[in-house]
Amino acid sequence: MIGHHAPSRRELLLASGTLFAWAYLPKLARAEGRDPRFLTIVLRGALDGLATVAPVGDQDWVSLRGDNALTLDSKTSALKLDDFFALNPAMPNLHRMFKANEAIVVHAAATSYRERSHFDGQDVLESGLEKPGATYTGWLNRLLVGLAPEDRVGSNGGRAFAVGPVAPLVVRGPAPVLAWSPRRVLPASDDTIVRLLDLYRHTDVNFARVLEGRTRLTAIAPAGSMEQKPVGQIAGPDLAQLRAYFAEAVGTAAKFLAQPDGPRVGALALDGWDTHYNEGIAAGWLAQLLGALDGALAAVQDNMGPAWRETVVVLVTEFGRTARINGTNGTDHGTATVMLLAGGALKGGRVIADWPGLKAANLLENRDLKPTVDVRAVLKGLLKDHLRANDHALAADVFPGSDDVKPIAGLVTSG
Amino acid sequence: MSAGALAAGSIRWPRRQHDDHCIGSVSDRVAGSIAAIADDPRGALLADLERPGAGRVPAANLPNSGQAARAFFEFRAERLAKEKLAQRAKKEAQAKGMVVGTADGDAMKPNGDTQAPKPEPAQTQQNQPPPLPAQLVQNEAKVRIEAAVAAEIGFVERLVWFWSNHFCVSADKIVSMAGAYEREAIRPRVLGRFVDMLTAVESHPAMLFYLDNLASMGPNSVAGINRNKSLNENLAREILKLHTLGVRTGYSQDDVTHFANVLTGWTWIGLGEPNHGGEFVFVKRLHEPGEQTVIGKSYPDTGVDQGRAVLADLARHPATAGHIAHKFARHFVADAPPPSLVDKLAKSFTDSDGNLKELAKTLIAAEESWTPERTKLKRPSEWIISALRLTGAQWVVGRVMSGQALLGEAQWRPPAPNGFPEDESTWIDGLSQRVDIASNFAGRVADRLDPIALVEAGLGPLASAETRNTVARAESRARALALLLMAPEFLRR
Repeated sequence: MIGHHAPSRRELLLASGTLFAWAYLPKLARAEGRDPRFLTIVLRGALDGLATVAPVGDQDWVSLRGDNALTLDSKTSALKLDDFFALNPAMPNLHRMFKANEAIVVHAAATSYRERSHFDGQDVLESGLEKPGATYTGWLNRLLVGLAPEDRVGSNGGRAFAVGPVAPLVVRGPAPVLAWSPRRVLPASDDTIVRLLDLYRHTDVNFARVLEGRTRLTAIAPAGSMEQKPVGQIAGPDLAQLRAYFAEAVGTAAKFLAQPDGPRVGALALDGWDTHYNEGIAAGWLAQLLGALDGALAAVQDNMGPAWRETVVVLVTEFGRTARINGTNGTDHGTATVMLLAGGALKGGRVIADWPGLKAANLLENRDLKPTVDVRAVLKGLLKDHLRANDHALAADVFPGSDDVKPIAGLVTSG
Repeated sequence: MSAGALAAGSIRWPRRQHDDHCIGSVSDRVAGSIAAIADDPRGALLADLERPGAGRVPAANLPNSGQAARAFFEFRAERLAKEKLAQRAKKEAQAKGMVVGTADGDAMKPNGDTQAPKPEPAQTQQNQPPPLPAQLVQNEAKVRIEAAVAAEIGFVERLVWFWSNHFCVSADKIVSMAGAYEREAIRPRVLGRFVDMLTAVESHPAMLFYLDNLASMGPNSVAGINRNKSLNENLAREILKLHTLGVRTGYSQDDVTHFANVLTGWTWIGLGEPNHGGEFVFVKRLHEPGEQTVIGKSYPDTGVDQGRAVLADLARHPATAGHIAHKFARHFVADAPPPSLVDKLAKSFTDSDGNLKELAKTLIAAEESWTPERTKLKRPSEWIISALRLTGAQWVVGRVMSGQALLGEAQWRPPAPNGFPEDESTWIDGLSQRVDIASNFAGRVADRLDPIALVEAGLGPLASAETRNTVARAESRARALALLLMAPEFLRR
């Protein structure tokens, strides 16, 4: 990538893109004549579950979130899932899949982690361990170790597959991984710029002045705080870039998984869900992100082709956000949230929830949606029924210490 | 400079192991070694100066400047021959095409396209190693980056960088030798005497080419008379203005002209000479005969020694001591360094007869070097090395060089003979690009790192509460690391 000329910024970003690692072939549930695909998408930053799937049938819902509560008769109407829940209007594709019985929402779900640090929460979610700590293997990778290699599959058989400049923790470990990185690499996120601006304003005025010159940002974060970021002011090109990045990253993962002799298990991580300021649930930042994610799910379905009916995509996040809106029109770190499942292999069209309620007394510490489903129960159910992982491996190796967390049965059609 | 600059913001932390998965132990190890330095930062820097082989880099596999220049000469000659062959083929085809066209009475066919070389697919081109000139620079840069990333303390490397920039050449003009020049002229003398470095630099073929002295000839020299050609004053002027006395220090145009006369005959052996092409040679035929007066002193014509004598006196001139002292303090301590520090350095320079190790020791000893304010903005190269040292990330030379180029500090390609500028105003505009580079880099390396531990390891007590909070609250490790790399405490030294 060195040449006779100084590379442009664009070239540098592109050049940093590609990366390949190699992998071996774990045996999957082929004995029954099935060829299941499994894609895990980690949403880093803590997705607001209540803004994604709103409990419109809960009588305390509107009083809890006020103007920020999605309802069936708000200006941009939420998309009805059942008599109680409705989906963010930015996700028509997921709604369509749900109506076709190809999507499941699991609500009020959480991992075993009860603190509120992103890094630790992500570690617990992706490692599959009960507690954060020195972790360097993910549950998806340890699952692969447990699935014996399938001789029948050629040299291009069922490797694990990861998307991104580095494989996310969930898929790292002793089982080799094939990694692919989109050629599109996003420039620094607006979120990073806004946080830096705020830091510089308190610590280094010269730096602040320079960064403020970075075009639109002065408008997005007026001097004084980053709290006044106006809803919905996301510059066009960046949003288009974000959509394109999501679609390319996720869509390409699907292309690999769809190949007859391609990998069968994949993982990637998407950043950007930490919505403390002007969350933009119906029309702003979060809506845009969800829209990009929705487009990416549609890309998965398109790219999977006939393999879609053997596919499960699971979207998980480290924890949820506060039930109430904070003082800066956003939400802070919380506990329970949603898991979104999509794919033709699902016995879908259902919201699975043991609804804890939204009255103050029902909230965890009078602030968060109370968890009633363990994320691991859902994952174990999927791994068992879809990929044919055995109970012992799931409890001992994949999610150690989870004997008490029973797999949820019947999530997939063939299960 | 604070504990930061010397010990040094950029160059302080020992290198991490690549294969270490465990987040906890890594940061413990890094933090421990910082503690060791923090106990006695002055001692650590002094020890760095006493390291055996300080300043040198392993270069057994690298060509020396003469070999590199000859290889480049061959490369160009071969390329030219290929082009000529292609032209010849094209002409022949064209002629043929004309005949055919005429005979058929047909419309003329486009210029014999079938004979033109087919463009190679982009894919193939990407996978090919870069052409020789780029390869030469890359190999040299790799050794340089390795030395900086791996250095235990790194103070001597920073001295190398300083002197290399002070006596810069540019790969834009002399691509084959730019990297070897630093190894040959700068590194061996970085803790030696200024006069020795000065003499080595001004007689190095890379400098003679860069500042146009190769074909400079005395108007009364044999060659000058025969070819009716004369001086090129560039080298003489830049030595006085940039390398020794400094601008507006009282030298006159006559001094420049006379000094240029002195330097006539300092050239290289033609690159076509297979064994020694590109090496320094003094050619009497080009040399202006007779004595020359430079800065009020007369120098008899002693051939190549005439120039050495002038350089020796320039090295001892009080204006040189002041110029170097100011530039040294400006680089290591502050854009506007305290005059008391400049005085100390100038005195050290004069008293020690330009001993550069003493100069470095004076910098270390001076109280002014250890004020808590960290006002210097790291140059792009310094910042990139800092990031590599902090994270222990694997790096690829091409990518590091691209990053530097993108931020305006392409390796060995300064815009002018005065080198890359020192001041903040030059570099601060690149801050916006640094954010992108930091994000991109962090996205690739952050997953195995603990950003909060890195704040301790990399900044320790220097980290402000705001920076700690900003890093701790980031939504992912990658974003946290990008924020850390962009924190004022990390950008400054």
